[in-house]
Amino acid sequence: MFEATQLNRKNKTRQRMFSIGLGSMTGLLILPVALIMGMLIYKGAPVISFEFLFTSPTNGMTAGGIFPALLGTVLLVIVALLASVPLGVAAAIYLSEYAPDNWFTRAINLAIINLAGVPSIVHALFGVGAFVIFFKFGTSILAASLTLAIMTLPVVIVATRESLQAVPMAFREACWNMGATRWQTIRSVVLPNAITGILTGVILEVSRTAGETAPIMFTGAAFFLPLLPQGVFDQTMALSLHLFVVSTQVPGMPEQLPFGVALVLISMVLIMNSLSIALRMYLRGKKKW
Amino acid sequence: MEQPAQNTSSGVDASFDQLNRDWYIDKAVQVLVFLGGISAIVFIIGIFVFISKEGFGFLVGDFNFKEFFFSPNWRPTSESKETFGILALVAGTASVTGLAMLIAIPFSLGAAIFIAEFASGKTREFLKITVELLAAIPSVVWGFIGLAIMNPIIIETFNVPVGLNVLNAGVILGLMAAPIMTSIAEDALKAVPDRYREAAEAMGATRWQVIYKVVLPAAKNGLLGAVLLGVGRGFGETMAVLMATGHSINIPTSVFDSVRALTATIAAELGETAAGSSHYQALFTIGIFLFIITFIINLAADLIVRGVRKG
Repeated sequence: MFEATQLNRKNKTRQRMFSIGLGSMTGLLILPVALIMGMLIYKGAPVISFEFLFTSPTNGMTAGGIFPALLGTVLLVIVALLASVPLGVAAAIYLSEYAPDNWFTRAINLAIINLAGVPSIVHALFGVGAFVIFFKFGTSILAASLTLAIMTLPVVIVATRESLQAVPMAFREACWNMGATRWQTIRSVVLPNAITGILTGVILEVSRTAGETAPIMFTGAAFFLPLLPQGVFDQTMALSLHLFVVSTQVPGMPEQLPFGVALVLISMVLIMNSLSIALRMYLRGKKKW
Repeated sequence: MEQPAQNTSSGVDASFDQLNRDWYIDKAVQVLVFLGGISAIVFIIGIFVFISKEGFGFLVGDFNFKEFFFSPNWRPTSESKETFGILALVAGTASVTGLAMLIAIPFSLGAAIFIAEFASGKTREFLKITVELLAAIPSVVWGFIGLAIMNPIIIETFNVPVGLNVLNAGVILGLMAAPIMTSIAEDALKAVPDRYREAAEAMGATRWQVIYKVVLPAAKNGLLGAVLLGVGRGFGETMAVLMATGHSINIPTSVFDSVRALTATIAAELGETAAGSSHYQALFTIGIFLFIITFIINLAADLIVRGVRKG
């Protein structure tokens, strides 16, 4: 008969120890953040109301709502997406469908990694030097959105490239054999099969764009504006910068209000990310190949 | 092909025209997507060119290599003599990033091993999603957490006058960098082929022995890449360190000292400078320095990770 030797038992306890140890490390990573989120909700939730979301700040921002900042963030995100989604999808199509495996493609990949890795404040400097000064957009929604678009371009490229590459090669080959050109194949076979994956990337980008602060500080977002922006060459308020302003720049700020702003911002971002994850899981469940 | 030709000769022509048009559209699209593809390279070069252009006047004018890198005095607006030394700012960035990595590296590697090798099914799925959501929290929210939640906790716990210091920013940055490092490290562990594990298990190794002797050595480069990317992220983080470090120029001697980081200096001062002044240009010069350092870190991480893919 086989009986557990001392060595077996020792190994077993040791393995359990490691499993518990590593598991609690994981827990310790998540738990503080969960507590912090709980505190944000506890302190921020009482502030949030219909009025808070849809009125302007009053009394030197110490009272009133956040509507101009909320609207500004939506505008910044829309303009940034208009610029980065077509460009990012084109780049991903090139990398997935056309690019040969050579040094040049590696250079493009390295540039994408670096675009994602360059500090956000350096992107801000670039936005000032290029869009505000050189292209003479001034500090405007356009300049800020383009800065954001370039910064978040890697998010779209990477997500799109992954979903394009997930389309089996056989689909393309079948289409080519029918005499279709490369573009006809991409348009009628590859893109329709990858569109949901691309959408997850776009949603992720919305979340990234909405949360960024540093790149818009000097390119188009203002601390406070009495009027709503009328066009893309106007400045705007933004939710992320508004959180920075109300928590550091305004004397006599009631303690609760910044918590409300933080809660709105983080809810926006986390809802977007959850949506993207849910879509991805739905897609994985549906996939037939 | 789609429409039956009414008259043979013009039908052939039409189908020829159609083919011709398809061919031209195909070529046009190829050029368009190629332009999209090279845009990333164009932007990286553009970033370097434009920040260099704005910082150029300082580099050829007031810039003094010894003063810039070895003087702890950052006094860009001094009446008597302006000095542009970034040593104290580098020390601020280094101390905060260093503390953040001390916290983030062990925890994120531990969590990555747990998620990749021990957890299974629903637990694994839940942890992966949680880690992904944690990584999405915007940096300005982290800064606010440092300011509004960590600050009073530190003051109370350690009985110090100011809670905005290296400790605060280090913890915040550690919590921020950990989810990203965890998911990259987990990818690296998952990239180790299952046959390695099976071979070791067939030899009678326990789960931990498999991990320790087989999986970790095989994933070594990917894990190192994850750590490097975490360092790069901490180094370049702006809003959180701007809000949580206390913002005083200082070479720290303890974790309770307030410091100021390179990134935060740009964020705090750029709005107050006149375009073209040496202060303004000096801030862009710090930007060039940050760009070069992060470029090197990302390049190194990429080379290391690529090394493991080939091997």
